[in-house]
Amino acid sequence: MNWFDTFSLVLFPYAAVAVFVIGMAYRYRQRGFTVTSLSSQFLEGRSLFWAVVPFHIGILVVLFGHLLAFLVPDAILAWNAVPVRLMILEGMALIFGLATLVGIAGLMYRRFTNERVRAVTTKMDVLLEVVLLAQVGFGVWIAVGYRWGSSWFASDLTPYLWSLVAFSPEATAAAAMPLVVKLHILGAFLLLFLVPFTRLAHVFVAPLHYIVRPYQQVIWNWNRKKIRDPRSGTSVSGRRR
Amino acid sequence: MDVRSQISMVFHLDKCIGCHTCSVACKNIWTDRKGAEYMWWNNVETKPGTGYPGKWENQDIYKGGWEEDGNGGIRLKGAGKPKSLSNIFHNPHMPSIDDYYEPFTYKYLDLIEAEAGDIQPTARPVSMITGEPMDIQMGPNWDDDLSGTPDYARKDPNLEDLSEAEQEAMFQLERMAFFYLPRICNHCLNAACVASCPSGAIYKRGEDGVVLINQDVCRGWRMCVTACPYKKSYYNWDTGKSEKCILCYPRLESGYAPACMHSCVGRIRYLGVILYDADRIEEAASADESELVERQLDMLLDPFDPEVIAAAKENGVADSTIESAQNSPTYKFVKEWDLALPLHPEFRTLPMLFYVPPLLPVMASVADANDNAQREKIHDIGKKWPDEWVYDTSIDQLFGTIDDARFPLEYMASLFSAGDVEAVKSRLEKLMAIRLHRRRETVGDVDSATVDKALKKAGLTGQRANAIYYLTSLAKFDDRFVIPPAHREQAIEMLDEDVGATKGETGFGFKRGTNKRGA
Repeated sequence: MNWFDTFSLVLFPYAAVAVFVIGMAYRYRQRGFTVTSLSSQFLEGRSLFWAVVPFHIGILVVLFGHLLAFLVPDAILAWNAVPVRLMILEGMALIFGLATLVGIAGLMYRRFTNERVRAVTTKMDVLLEVVLLAQVGFGVWIAVGYRWGSSWFASDLTPYLWSLVAFSPEATAAAAMPLVVKLHILGAFLLLFLVPFTRLAHVFVAPLHYIVRPYQQVIWNWNRKKIRDPRSGTSVSGRRR
Repeated sequence: MDVRSQISMVFHLDKCIGCHTCSVACKNIWTDRKGAEYMWWNNVETKPGTGYPGKWENQDIYKGGWEEDGNGGIRLKGAGKPKSLSNIFHNPHMPSIDDYYEPFTYKYLDLIEAEAGDIQPTARPVSMITGEPMDIQMGPNWDDDLSGTPDYARKDPNLEDLSEAEQEAMFQLERMAFFYLPRICNHCLNAACVASCPSGAIYKRGEDGVVLINQDVCRGWRMCVTACPYKKSYYNWDTGKSEKCILCYPRLESGYAPACMHSCVGRIRYLGVILYDADRIEEAASADESELVERQLDMLLDPFDPEVIAAAKENGVADSTIESAQNSPTYKFVKEWDLALPLHPEFRTLPMLFYVPPLLPVMASVADANDNAQREKIHDIGKKWPDEWVYDTSIDQLFGTIDDARFPLEYMASLFSAGDVEAVKSRLEKLMAIRLHRRRETVGDVDSATVDKALKKAGLTGQRANAIYYLTSLAKFDDRFVIPPAHREQAIEMLDEDVGATKGETGFGFKRGTNKRGA
């Protein structure tokens, strides 16, 4: 393993995760105001639809696929044992990958051509979009150029990732991968690294709790039980002004 | 019975002169910031007109508010759990900034810095978003006083229920009338914005019912903008957060009236506590459309009723708040006197801002009979107008005009009572009876029997008419705004920290700086 492999496959992943965890915890707790999707739909909504929907749906499906291969590699390998099933899985992955690529490209085009959207664009937005474009581009390149990634990811890269989790990094298999795969790994951790500093933070505040929440919300500044206890020093009941 | 207290508002539309002082007071305090330039938490619309944002009342376009779900319940029209989550990447019903207007300023410096030349320098309008020169297409108040214009007044969504002939009659030049509709957040009991917020950032304050957006929790999912049928939740395009009227709660907590109300030139605004039964919110909001107003008024409780007082105390409502509710001008207007109505109750959010419907545009019909006696009384300047143009304010015509008013009551009913003409009419008759009564008291040229008949028909006594007259016309600041003490001292005492230390340190410590647009 050369210095690049050591850095991108071992050192940087740990650094990125550390920065992500500490940075995101700080930002969520102390700078909650900055945690937002920063939607620009209000300024431009029509062309946004054709880019933002394929991008989000595409990337969610693809991310979920990666997660599956990481969590249940055996199940993926078993599924891929039948060629037809392998083709279906890879085909779907490629379709959603392409949707993501088209989406991010469309989003960038919109951001740079629409005056209003440009007015709310920050340097970090541009950096994030460039990294995302490269990352998705590498992903599609791998899917096309280095076939059956779902199988070799599950068999070769999942153990590598778990070795990182177990704090005994074993990156030999990953280091033997083609350069574009290594760049894809580096890009993934770079995106994680960027979360605390960019709008990407909105991914981690996805409003799933909305499903279980009652519709109406009332918040009391007073403790009503304490307020109505006449023995309490702060009671407002039974005391005339 | 779950008794809660709510700060409610009443706007007396006959008194509104459309000066926009309220809007400017609000703007100067709260929305004079980047990303908020286009927001008018308080705005004043000319009716008939399309309003701000354009045609906001048309929920076929904006999909705001609640609708019946067919099973006796209600659901959000354009948001809610399934819709909000599946449309979270792109909200198909979200208004864009062009529905409001692109905020602009002028390049004033060009007037000073232009080089000497033959042509006068001009200050070009520039967009406050891009900074580029722009053609102004819309403003926050573009149709001000433009009643009758084809582009605005005739596109008023409330005209839908009127027949062609009625609409034509409304817009005949010599019969034309309009009135002003000032709007702020209604601080609803069944708020659609609260229900639609995926992050749970929007909430109702238990103590006083003010609806607020927690800026640290809002993630910019934009569903409240769609869900609020009054379009009173605004998306700040710079910070990526939604904002809305906060009823000047820092002022309220210090005993001051909200800025829009404090500055109101016509003194049309009233603010006070109303106690209500929170157990009946769902039932009232799901009522049949014909019963919506009635059910909502039923929820509001009599603050003198010993049972209500006991239940309120049990529920932690402060004695001082109950006392405020007993002196509340809004309770009088809304419940005791039955004079005020909510705006568009058919949106089913149970708004707690009520309007006394305007009598003037209804009453001021064009005289075409019996104006000889009237002409005698008219000042010389009035005689310069052709006779048939003179407003007939003679007393025997006053009541007649409500039925064949130049401003169809259906229009008012579409605004204030979900189409129930009787609800509007009974309130206008009261206003008319009070006028007659006061004319008898002050001018004395009115037949007493007629006035008594009018009062009786409106269900008023002379005493009550005088009380309404007082609160309408003579009320002092403390009569119009009965603000309950916020009891912040108790809120502080409940903190786990040492009260003395909290007191000593408030206002000191590390300053975090002004919140900026997300990283």
